[in-house]
Amino acid sequence: MDQPSVQPAPVHAPPQGFLWKYVFSLDHKTIGKQYYGLALVAVFIGMGLSWLMRFHLVWPNKAIPGLELISKVGAPGGVITPEYYLSLLTMHGTLMVFFVLTNAPFAAFGNYFLPIQIGAEDMAFPRFNMMSFWVTFSAFLVLVLAFFIPDGPPISGWTAYAPMSAVGSDAGPGLGWGQNLWAISIALFCAGSLLGALNFIATTIDLRAKGMTFMRMPICTWAWFITSCIALLAFAVLLPACILLILDRTAGTSFFIPSGLVVSDKLQPHSGGSPLLWQHLFWFFGHPEVYIAILPAAGIVSHILINSMRKPLLSAKVIIYSMMSIGFLSYMVWGHHMFLSGMNPVSALAFSFPTLTITIPATLLTLIWIGSLYGANLRLDAASLFALGFISMFVTGGVSGFFLAQPSLDIYLHGTYFVVGHFHMVMGVAAIFGVFSATYFWFGKMTGHMMNETLGRLHFWFTFIGTYCIFMPFHYLGLVGNIRRYSSFVDDFMGPLMPLHKFITIAALITGASQFIFLFNLIYSRFKGPKAPDNPWQATSLEWTVSSPPPWNNFGDKHPIVYHDPYQYGVKGSKGDYIMQDSPEQSTGSA
Amino acid sequence: MGKFFAVVLVIIALASAYPIVTHKYVPPVDISTHGHSIDEQLADTMAEAGLAFLGAQLLLAFFIWKFSGRKEGERVSAIPGGARIMVAAAFILVGTEVLALGVFGQKAWAAVYFTPPAADALQVQAQAGQFAFYFRYPGPDGKFGPLHPDKIDEGNANFFGLDPANDVEARDDVVAAEMAIPVNKEIHLLMHAKDVGHSFYVRELRIQQDFVPGLDLSLHFTATKIGKYEIVCTQLCGLGHYNMKAYLNVLSQEDFDKWMKEKISEQ
Repeated sequence: MDQPSVQPAPVHAPPQGFLWKYVFSLDHKTIGKQYYGLALVAVFIGMGLSWLMRFHLVWPNKAIPGLELISKVGAPGGVITPEYYLSLLTMHGTLMVFFVLTNAPFAAFGNYFLPIQIGAEDMAFPRFNMMSFWVTFSAFLVLVLAFFIPDGPPISGWTAYAPMSAVGSDAGPGLGWGQNLWAISIALFCAGSLLGALNFIATTIDLRAKGMTFMRMPICTWAWFITSCIALLAFAVLLPACILLILDRTAGTSFFIPSGLVVSDKLQPHSGGSPLLWQHLFWFFGHPEVYIAILPAAGIVSHILINSMRKPLLSAKVIIYSMMSIGFLSYMVWGHHMFLSGMNPVSALAFSFPTLTITIPATLLTLIWIGSLYGANLRLDAASLFALGFISMFVTGGVSGFFLAQPSLDIYLHGTYFVVGHFHMVMGVAAIFGVFSATYFWFGKMTGHMMNETLGRLHFWFTFIGTYCIFMPFHYLGLVGNIRRYSSFVDDFMGPLMPLHKFITIAALITGASQFIFLFNLIYSRFKGPKAPDNPWQATSLEWTVSSPPPWNNFGDKHPIVYHDPYQYGVKGSKGDYIMQDSPEQSTGSA
Repeated sequence: MGKFFAVVLVIIALASAYPIVTHKYVPPVDISTHGHSIDEQLADTMAEAGLAFLGAQLLLAFFIWKFSGRKEGERVSAIPGGARIMVAAAFILVGTEVLALGVFGQKAWAAVYFTPPAADALQVQAQAGQFAFYFRYPGPDGKFGPLHPDKIDEGNANFFGLDPANDVEARDDVVAAEMAIPVNKEIHLLMHAKDVGHSFYVRELRIQQDFVPGLDLSLHFTATKIGKYEIVCTQLCGLGHYNMKAYLNVLSQEDFDKWMKEKISEQ
């Protein structure tokens, strides 16, 4: 299983014509860029939604000029209604978790670089690959359509708990066609992701070049492979869950709806269902999903850090086994989202122990990263700054998870801003830092032009300081008992907390604005950036052995042969302090 | 720039820890019998988490300071002990600390969930519906009348769907919009959801539990301080979720008896 026995035949013919080259491309590189473009659009929409939410929380009666044009009902006169706030919240979460955090670190960079890093011409199933992007793109269109229907997007959160999400429009605005579109969109997204995961797994197992053993794969390749295994099982559960939800809503079934519910004075014609069933199905997917969001970023950061430090990590094997353990444990902990849900309280302890146990591999990752910095020759640039920032954010976000893993503390902290602070730190910041780091590192390879370094560093400082200013206070708010998913704060005790909320809003607006530095850099550099050499970072992995951008079949007519792992840094090589994976030379000592 | 990064990181780490160390943002005063174990657990976890947080951030800052901006061609080296020290540290330190907190932390959870309510606990039923809580007491006969969802009529204040005409036990049930309870008396809270998912949360009581449609859930607790406390909904339930609250009114036994007498006469 370790070495492929046959050199693979050419996977597909070179693309001809605009449509096949740029739209329905079978080329994993184009598909990777398409996923990145989709994630880019989604993240700016999602960020815009968060601005509207933060604005409304601290200036609830102020009009936002022009908003009434997007939704006359949701924001009459530009003032956001309570239900529209919840719609914005739902769409923000859905866009960010699915279309940004699953698409960018995993589908975009994984698609682009996994085949090259293992020495393959393309993915195992290029047609599936093309379909998986277009199915995901359709999912995006279906979701965004919800903004433009009369009743608006759903208000049930990205978690869409039943029975509110299942009984239909009696339960509130947006829960009619808005919720239908949401469920269809997510079902489509699941299908696209399943195709993608299958592709990654088959490609990694079958298409590695001669000499590319599993342990010689870069850590980010491992991360994409492990993530695909997680994704295959997780999305396979969410897809039927969405179908059952659609059936409850349209076909009169009662998977998630018990009898005797009176919603808006109407006795609901359902019986026999269980709201907890939705929660189990959703979180059985939902917890692995957050590791799908973070593991690729952790792998990418490891990959970039090794290059930036000019030395290998203390142990790549420990990193890889830790990621595998996290992936495995991720399937045993979903109930920690449900400690207070009414399921048997003994099960809370059963879920709490594996949740606490995940601290061990997560700590291992952190200790290996930080420990490896000792004795390094650290090159600081936009890519490595974001990689180092990732470590800081991963620690902060991970540490707050420690509280929530304990059911007794969850009694107090559940449903508060503490939870929101936790998941934004790990997902909204750390994972995104992985994406930024990857972008600055690989943009030259992907487009043939390097990004502007000064703008990249400016972007880093604003984002690093800004995100701490936004999300650290969320933990304080949670400790005091500030409840989440509230469109306004009318609690007796909220008055003294409003200055902190204002601080957060202003930090969010400034940090958000600074993301336009990144967007400008992306677009400007794509056309006017300095030409990218083949190997600007003196890196060892196979993507740096080919031109920037690579030819359509990655390696031209030469199939690479691999002689080394990708950690040959700090050695005496003919090109410098590194030896590339496809170079037969051996090190003549330590650099 | 490495030195600048290190300084910024240290400032951020210390600034983040400052409000915690100075107890600027703390849970409100605990008014329950079990809450102290939650508060102790929270303090212990905060200490461990705080040490881990500060330790990691400061070490990261130190290494960035020391090992960036070195001369071109400087030799790289590995930390003494290498990966082995890290693996040992992770398993021993973190493993034992994590399991210890997990094992000892059970106490507070067990106090809430693994003990049955006292036989003489005062029974109160809470119903959560879009967007209000209502409370029901069994009245002098000590029995709750059955609920009939088809009989719910908010216009006529029949929030629970009682049928006193046909159900004897329902005739003396007391329904109120606030939850009055006597201090230092165990309460057995029965929880019923009318329409969608909701949650019952009183911060001061250190109690939180979802209302799940179709499930009969219950909680028990004892309040130890007289006063008025907010009951807030913490499970997203629709557009009025932000405003869905009631008040827990903890009264002396005397005042509670007076309150109950008044309510009975009003029914």
